[in-house]
Amino acid sequence: MTRSVRRTRRLLRLAGAGAVAVLALGACSSSPDASDTKGSGSSDAPASPKLSGTVTVFAAASLKESFTTLGKEFEQRHPGTEVGFNFGGSDTLAASITSGAPADVFAAASPGTMKTVTDGNEASGTPVTFARNQLEIATLPGNPDKVTSLKDLTRSGLKVVLCDKTVPCGSAARKALDAAGVRLTPVSYEQDVKSALNKVELKEADAAVVYKTDVRAAGGKVEGVEFPESAGAVNDYPIAVLKNAEHAEAAKAFIALVRSAEGQKVLGRAGFLKP
Amino acid sequence: MTSLDEPGAATGLRTRPPRRRRTGARGRRAVPLPLLLPGLLALAFLLLPLLALLVRAPWRALPEQLSSTEVWQALQLSLISATAATAVSLVLGVPLAWLLARTDFPGRGLVRALVTLPLVLPPVVGGVALLLALGRNGVVGQWLDAWFGITLPFTTTGVVIAEAFVAMPFLVISVEGTLRAADPRYEEAATTLGASRFTAFRRVTLPLIAPGIAAGAVLAWARALGEFGATITFAGNFPGRTQTMPLSVYLALQNDPEAAIALSLVLLTVSIAVLAALRDRWMTTP
Repeated sequence: MTRSVRRTRRLLRLAGAGAVAVLALGACSSSPDASDTKGSGSSDAPASPKLSGTVTVFAAASLKESFTTLGKEFEQRHPGTEVGFNFGGSDTLAASITSGAPADVFAAASPGTMKTVTDGNEASGTPVTFARNQLEIATLPGNPDKVTSLKDLTRSGLKVVLCDKTVPCGSAARKALDAAGVRLTPVSYEQDVKSALNKVELKEADAAVVYKTDVRAAGGKVEGVEFPESAGAVNDYPIAVLKNAEHAEAAKAFIALVRSAEGQKVLGRAGFLKP
Repeated sequence: MTSLDEPGAATGLRTRPPRRRRTGARGRRAVPLPLLLPGLLALAFLLLPLLALLVRAPWRALPEQLSSTEVWQALQLSLISATAATAVSLVLGVPLAWLLARTDFPGRGLVRALVTLPLVLPPVVGGVALLLALGRNGVVGQWLDAWFGITLPFTTTGVVIAEAFVAMPFLVISVEGTLRAADPRYEEAATTLGASRFTAFRRVTLPLIAPGIAAGAVLAWARALGEFGATITFAGNFPGRTQTMPLSVYLALQNDPEAAIALSLVLLTVSIAVLAALRDRWMTTP
C-alpha cells in the first residue's frame, strides 16, 4: 500500500544495522528459554545487516491485528524488506504449507497445527511458543443475560454457540467445559472462532466461547466474561521458520521481533498472554 | 420446429430468452477439430478432480469411516432438506417463472436480474443476508420471534430456507426459459374454450412445460444438496439438526482429510445416482 513511501524512507533510515542489534538484544532478554538463540544470533551479527526481500508470513487469523502492526515495524527497522501476510485458519495454512505454498514463517494458533508442518518436515529448527490465548465468554453488550460463569451458559432458553471440536477454539472450549464439569448443548458448532463471535455480534446467539483476543478485537460489539476454567485450556501459539524459506535470515529476524519486548507489548495489547 | 427441452434450457444460467435452434440428425456429423480438442479438454477438466477423489480415496478405511451415525445423520438431513428446498422452490418458483414469462410489467427485466442474484452472490453473503432478514434480530425475523415465537436460525427449517434461497433461481430460470419457448396459443385456445386462466395454466401449460420443470427441479435439488456457505452461516452446524453433508465434509477436512474424502465420495455417489436416474426419466426428449 504505502510501499513507495517506504522506499523513499529507505534513504533516511540508515540505522538499520543498529536496529537489528537492539532487536536481537530484546529477543534474547525476553526469551531466556529459547533454545535457538544461536539461530537468531546469526541474524544480529552486524556483519550481515542487509536484510532484504519479502518475508512471507503465514499466520493464524487471530494474529491479524498484532502481526500487521509488527510487520510495519519490521519494514521500518529493516529498510529494503517487506513483510507479506497470509492470514487464515491454522489448519488451512498448515495444509497449504505441506502442499508446497511458498512461505518463510508459519505462526499457528495451536501446537497441533504446527505439528502438521513439523511432521511434514517443513520447518527448520524447533518451533517456539511466542504467545498464548485464553478463552472468554462473549455475551451481548451489557451482558443482559447476566452470564458470570460457564455454568450460566446451560440455562434454558439461552442460545450459545461453540466452535466445532475440529478447530482449536472448539477443542479448547471442550477442555474448559470438561474442567468445569459443565455439560452444554449449544445451538451450533461453528467452523471457526470468528463465525462463532459473529453470531453474537449479530445478536442471533446470546453467548459464545471464544478467545480473549477476539472479544478485544470486536470492540464494544460484545462483552467479555472471564471464567476460571479458561486457565486450564490455554492455547499455545508456536512460530517457526520454514525449511524452504527464501529469505531465512529475514524470517529469523521477524520471529525475533515477534518475541522481543516490543513484539510482546503489541501482542499483549491484543489480549494475548506471554508464553 | 423448436425443442421444448433442449439441454440449454436446463443450464438455467441464461437470462436471455432461449435461442431457437434446429434439432435433428444434423448434429451427428464429423466433428471439427477446433471444437473437439477444447471440448475434450473441458471434459477432462471437469472430471479430473472427481477422478482424483476416487484415486486418493481411503478405500480400506472406508467402511469404518462411514459407519459413524453422524455420517448417516448428515446424509439423511441433506437428502430431506434438499428435497424440502426443492418443494419450496417448485411451489413458489413456478408461479414466479410464469409471472416473468407471461406477464408484462414495468421493470420486469430488473426483476428477472434480481431473481438471479443468489446465483452469483457468494453463498456466505446470502447467509448473512438471510440472518439480517430472518434472524432473531432481523428485519422480519424479530416480528416472527415476537408474534409467533419462531426463530429460524439454528433450525432444520433454517437449512431448508438457506438451501431454497440459493437453489430457487435455478428452477425459476429454467422454467421461465421453457415457458418462453412454449407456444402461448395453446393456453389462449383453452381460455377461448371457456377455461379460466388458472385452469388453462394447470391443465394446458403445466403438462406442456413439465420437462422444463423437472429439469429445473433436478438442478435446484442438486444445488441444494451441495449448499454450504449459506447453510453454515444462517443455520449453523449441529449434528442431526443442521449439519448437512457439505458441512460435515468441511469440518472433517480440518483435522481428518481421509474422513473428508470418504464423506465426499458418499455425497458424490448420491448426487450422481440421483442426477442420472432423473435425467433418464424426465430430462430427455422421448
